[in-house]
Amino acid sequence: MTSPLLDIRGLSKAFGAVQACEDVTLTLERGEIHALIGPNGAGKSTFIKQVAGNLDPDSGRIWFDGRDVTALDTVARARAGLGRTFQVSSLAMEMSVLQNVVLGALGKRGRVLRFFRDVMRDAALLEVAREALNEVGLTGVAGTRVADLSHGQRRQLEVAVALTQSPKAFLMDEPMAGLGGEGSARLTRFLDGLRHRAPILLVEHDMDAVFALADRISVLVYGRIIATGTPDAIRRDPQVRAAYLGDEALT
Amino acid sequence: MRREPLLNATVFLGLLAVPLWAWAVDEPFTITLATRVAILALAGVGLNLALGLGGLVSLGHAVFFGIGGYAMGILASHAQSYSALIEWPVLIEGTKSMPVIWLVAMGASGLAALAIGALSLRTSGVYFIMITLAFGQMFYYFAIGWPAYGGEDGLSIYVRNGFPGLNTLDPIQFFAICYVILGLALWVFSRLACSAFGLALGAARQNAERVMAVGIAPYRLRLVAFTLSGVITGLAGALFADLNRFVSPVMFSWQTSGEIMVFVILGGVARLFGPVIGAVVFIFLEHMLGGLSEYWHIYLGAVLLVVVLFARGGIIGLVAGRERRHD
Repeated sequence: MTSPLLDIRGLSKAFGAVQACEDVTLTLERGEIHALIGPNGAGKSTFIKQVAGNLDPDSGRIWFDGRDVTALDTVARARAGLGRTFQVSSLAMEMSVLQNVVLGALGKRGRVLRFFRDVMRDAALLEVAREALNEVGLTGVAGTRVADLSHGQRRQLEVAVALTQSPKAFLMDEPMAGLGGEGSARLTRFLDGLRHRAPILLVEHDMDAVFALADRISVLVYGRIIATGTPDAIRRDPQVRAAYLGDEALT
Repeated sequence: MRREPLLNATVFLGLLAVPLWAWAVDEPFTITLATRVAILALAGVGLNLALGLGGLVSLGHAVFFGIGGYAMGILASHAQSYSALIEWPVLIEGTKSMPVIWLVAMGASGLAALAIGALSLRTSGVYFIMITLAFGQMFYYFAIGWPAYGGEDGLSIYVRNGFPGLNTLDPIQFFAICYVILGLALWVFSRLACSAFGLALGAARQNAERVMAVGIAPYRLRLVAFTLSGVITGLAGALFADLNRFVSPVMFSWQTSGEIMVFVILGGVARLFGPVIGAVVFIFLEHMLGGLSEYWHIYLGAVLLVVVLFARGGIIGLVAGRERRHD
């Protein structure tokens, strides 16, 4: 068996006396969606930031695609093939939708220090950008300023920008947040197909989506992973029910 | 939405028409005023690259303006006294040739911008403003304390430097040089703004996290922008010194940095013609109000206050509305 694409071992992080992340070990295999769930304040954000490279862990190592990336910053990890979406949409608000995806395609291609050619006429970049917009269904608003988009459209654009990266793995921080029933159902269907292109480490609060999508689920409580397993196993796990899911939520 | 290009064209042609008219009716002073506008606008185009496109609020651009000025002053003063700049290990002599002076001015201010940028771009926000201001003051006091080149009194150059094939002492010909250079700088700015570099730089201004998440490091982009910005402002400094045939530490003062920033803000931050319109209005006010009162800056302050409070996009924003987005 090949080694997992993303291999996180013994990650710990404390803020003063608060142990936000304690000895977290988690893997992401090729072709899977691995969901990370947990109550508010469980340390999910701290964990994601360490995986993305925004925050240095106190101890532990992160291996990605056979390479130790623990010491790399966000930019280097993005270049290594980690495609991230943010919990709160993080886009260039004054730019158009198309410009945002072109930026993504430009990041992937590199060679940013091009000073004279109009980037919005670069056929190669535009092709990648338009394809990504098409996949998430934003082609119709390509020329709209991001600031004028609805919340749901911004969430879609967030995913589209990650697509332009054609990453080796996706790191998605609550992509369903604030989408509403229909929006989340649509995104769920989309992510379902996406796992075959690149596996997804999914942090999500929407339990319907998590149980519909995940191949494996890890449950984080007080900075520790209390269980990892298939959705069925997690559903039945008494510790998980006690700590987080509650009894009625899953029947 | 087509009003901005129209406004730009009007201003650019107006800036040419006024001195031509003045030349026809033999009013050299007006030509000199127009030349001042063109040169100060050029300095503003430089700052606009950092401030407008990059969002880098530099209160130290007088450094580059001053370096450009002193590059001219030092080279020309050695040429007029027939003394070598350096004799060992290689002989470097002064020069009265504008193109050579420009290259030296751009090279020196570019290097200074690279060094200052490399240090100060590690900070952001108010710390960046303070550190660029601090560099400006360092250069200012250094120039004051450097007696070899006039110290506090500055340096006078008796004859304007030469440009092959032109009589630079003729006001209209010197204006033409400055006007063409301004036009070239505006062209470069407009290309940069829509290039891959410009897109990434603008995105880094709006949201650095986003830019990093797609694998682009904002620091490098900003350093390049800051350096190019310094190069353009340095060239303006060399021309400004040649216009006055005089350089002094005032070119390095923080008031100079502030004035360049006023052009950009008055005209419209990040707008192609923002610094040009800002410089036109500034010189116009200085000329008109300066005759009425020594304290004309009070009125300038009032105008600036109104523009900042009621027209976030500067004068261009007021006339032409929100910036047009390509595609």
